[in-house]
Amino acid sequence: MKTFGVLLIAVLGILFALPSLLSLDTRKSIEQSIPGFLPRWIIPHQAIVLGLDLQGGSHVLLEVDTQSVLRGQVNTLRDDVRRLLREERIALAGGIGVQPRGVTVRVADQAERTRLLPRLRELAAPVGGLFGQTGSQNAVEINEQPDGLISLAVTDAGVNERVRKAIDQAIEVLRRRVDALGTTEPNIQRQGVDRILVQVPGLQDPRRLKEILGTTAQLEFRLVADPGAPPGDVEQLPSQEDGGASMPVEKRVLVQGEDLIDAQPGFDQRTGEPIVNFKFNIRGAQRFGQVTTENVGRPFAIVLDKKVISAPRILQPITGGQGQISGRFTVEAANNLAILLRAGALPAPLTIVEERTVGPGLGQDSIDAGKKASYVATVLVVGFMFVTYGLFGLFANIALAVHVILIFALMAMVGSTLTLPGIAGIVLTIGTAVDSNVLIYERIREEARAGRSMISALEAGFQRAFATIIDSNVTMFIAAAILFFLGSGPVKGFAVTLILGIVTTVVTAVTMTRMMIALWYRSAKPTKLPF
Amino acid sequence: MKLLRIIPDDTKFPFMSFRRVSFPFSALLSVVAVLCFFFVNMNFGIDFTGGTLIEMQAKNGKSDIAQVREAAHGLSVGEVEVQEFGEKGDVSIRFGLQPGATQQDREKAQQAAQERVRTTFEKDYDFRRVEVVGPRVSGELVQSGTLGVVLSIVGVLIYLWFRFEWEFAVGAVIATLHDLVLTIGFFAITQLEFNMTSIAAILTIVGYSLNDTVVVFDRIRELLRRYKKMPVEQLLDLAINTTLSRTIMTSVTTTLALLALVLFGGQVIASFSWAMIFGVVIGTYSSIFIAAPVLIYLGLKVGAESAIAAGHDAAPAAKTSAAKPRVRGPAERPAQ
Repeated sequence: MKTFGVLLIAVLGILFALPSLLSLDTRKSIEQSIPGFLPRWIIPHQAIVLGLDLQGGSHVLLEVDTQSVLRGQVNTLRDDVRRLLREERIALAGGIGVQPRGVTVRVADQAERTRLLPRLRELAAPVGGLFGQTGSQNAVEINEQPDGLISLAVTDAGVNERVRKAIDQAIEVLRRRVDALGTTEPNIQRQGVDRILVQVPGLQDPRRLKEILGTTAQLEFRLVADPGAPPGDVEQLPSQEDGGASMPVEKRVLVQGEDLIDAQPGFDQRTGEPIVNFKFNIRGAQRFGQVTTENVGRPFAIVLDKKVISAPRILQPITGGQGQISGRFTVEAANNLAILLRAGALPAPLTIVEERTVGPGLGQDSIDAGKKASYVATVLVVGFMFVTYGLFGLFANIALAVHVILIFALMAMVGSTLTLPGIAGIVLTIGTAVDSNVLIYERIREEARAGRSMISALEAGFQRAFATIIDSNVTMFIAAAILFFLGSGPVKGFAVTLILGIVTTVVTAVTMTRMMIALWYRSAKPTKLPF
Repeated sequence: MKLLRIIPDDTKFPFMSFRRVSFPFSALLSVVAVLCFFFVNMNFGIDFTGGTLIEMQAKNGKSDIAQVREAAHGLSVGEVEVQEFGEKGDVSIRFGLQPGATQQDREKAQQAAQERVRTTFEKDYDFRRVEVVGPRVSGELVQSGTLGVVLSIVGVLIYLWFRFEWEFAVGAVIATLHDLVLTIGFFAITQLEFNMTSIAAILTIVGYSLNDTVVVFDRIRELLRRYKKMPVEQLLDLAINTTLSRTIMTSVTTTLALLALVLFGGQVIASFSWAMIFGVVIGTYSSIFIAAPVLIYLGLKVGAESAIAAGHDAAPAAKTSAAKPRVRGPAERPAQ
């Protein structure tokens, strides 16, 4: 029964490790040949995933700018307060004061204050978390002082909540953007509170990727300010057109990038220069039509991430909901902008805080080196075990082979990633896996020399060595597990192979060897140990 | 067929008497290692210092190191380290964090610096590896690396305490700290790059060294149960001698595997492999010459008052709790 179990494990191991040796096409055809009524896992078709350090690719860690999220929140708060003041018809003497973390208003009149306060409290909605501890906190804290000064401050919980949402949104946007690059199997995931990890395999030059990740792509259509406009409504923005000179632009945003439904790169029919054609949704088209009708003859500014890309004059009302952006683009820049506009804007700017790129050439070299080292290590260890323990060494070597196969099989099954340090981990376990066998064999020798009969020495050897094997592997396991939880990327891959190696060695070195020795004892009826 | 035996049967090395040499020797080495750590600059990789590492390969197979060096110094990226390696015209360029007013600015400056390197060299060189670690991430890596080493030692201490008596746990941890300190000294003296992979190497060394120590300790525990009257030194010697063959065998197989990695595993993991080989040697040494003799100083006593009937034939694993050797601390030692 036990024999059957061990054989089954070995056979399953080989079956699950096998797909990793096959090409992608073969694996695909195996997967497709699985009859529909069977669950897909029943026939192994999963290959081991190679880490970016082996297949080449880019690993980019992005961090959301918390300060800018906070600034955005304060701005929204200011707009909300302004709206409420207008709705309640309260005129302020001093205007709305903007602080780093919130806004202040001074309402001297008692009656007005009592009218305003409950409305302000509407803004202080509790943070809607899934968990009780965040749900009890408000996003905005309101303080009222006796002299009529009311301050509204964004709380830490409020900022965190917004950062969390910003990351969720940003992941969606980045996914659309990276997909548009047409690379295979990009991986985009949240890391920690305020970070996003983007892994894209097989890029020769990550510059385009980084450009696409690092651009906020906040598109706005605004009017260029008239000379007579009140200074409070105007801001100076750098212009891309006139060698970086700044340009007065109205703060009011007429139409935003989120009202775009499509953007495609193209060429201007007259000048032949690359442009981006865009299409508004119904709301955007109406707004744009209205604004252009009212402002014929005035220039408007197309603003991307607080930079004026171009400021064409409105020649006639644009009511079709379509338009084009020209801005002395290169073909690639127009392409990129189209991708960015289609995918939508990031809710907040992201900065690259870590980048690791490995070219495909180096990846292949690493695979070759790893293979070579594994073969050499196997030959050395297998040879050494054989010359030391003879037949028993052969048993250990068979167990060792199954051990390595099982590591690969388990990795393919759980879908973990093989990295270069991971290969080093496997090579290391080739050296340490035989330790269990060494422990058992040395113990058997000892018991035999102490005068035990052969069968009893074998029995005692396995039994006594087992406790030691468990103890010594648990300590190794603790170190490996901690490495797994703390390490990232390649180092995590090392921890994975180490952990799997420790688990499989107990199965193969103890159970399999025992089975082989039992079979040999029954068939050969030996009278003395072969080593 | 004549089989190979590295360690003859029935060795009777007086290991315990070596402690008068091995302890001062190890103490001296540890002090040297600590001094090296503080006074010789470790070759910290960008994982921990932050900065940029770029490896490129000449497209025509021959690099012009002088030209690269000159061009790199002209890029105003701060102090630059340019090195040649390999046979196919590989060049590595390394520079530190870039200045900036805010954290955002510094991260952006880091990217911009990398951009300048790319545009300067992309005509003649292929970029094989580019790593940029910003100030925030490098700080966190230092934290998690240190935390990892500390946690693993604490974790193992707890496990051994649970499985053995406290003397064994303390002895194992002393031996492990010894290995840890010497390995760090090894990095300082050899100037091998110390990065996240080195932390992996250190944790593996910790695991390996403990593995070795535990095997010896298991035997000591077993002998304590069997020989109630043997002097402690003699008992420890016996335990080490009976496990010596296994200790050496496993060190050899592990070193063979690591040697394959050093010679053929490529330049990326060479520093990891060298550190591991050093760790295997030092771990084997410490489990024989440090971990076991420390037990004497910690007050390990043979033959506790009541003989617990942990039959010599019983499988130790099955009876762990009942079969714990009664080893007592100095505080409760009866006056003799």
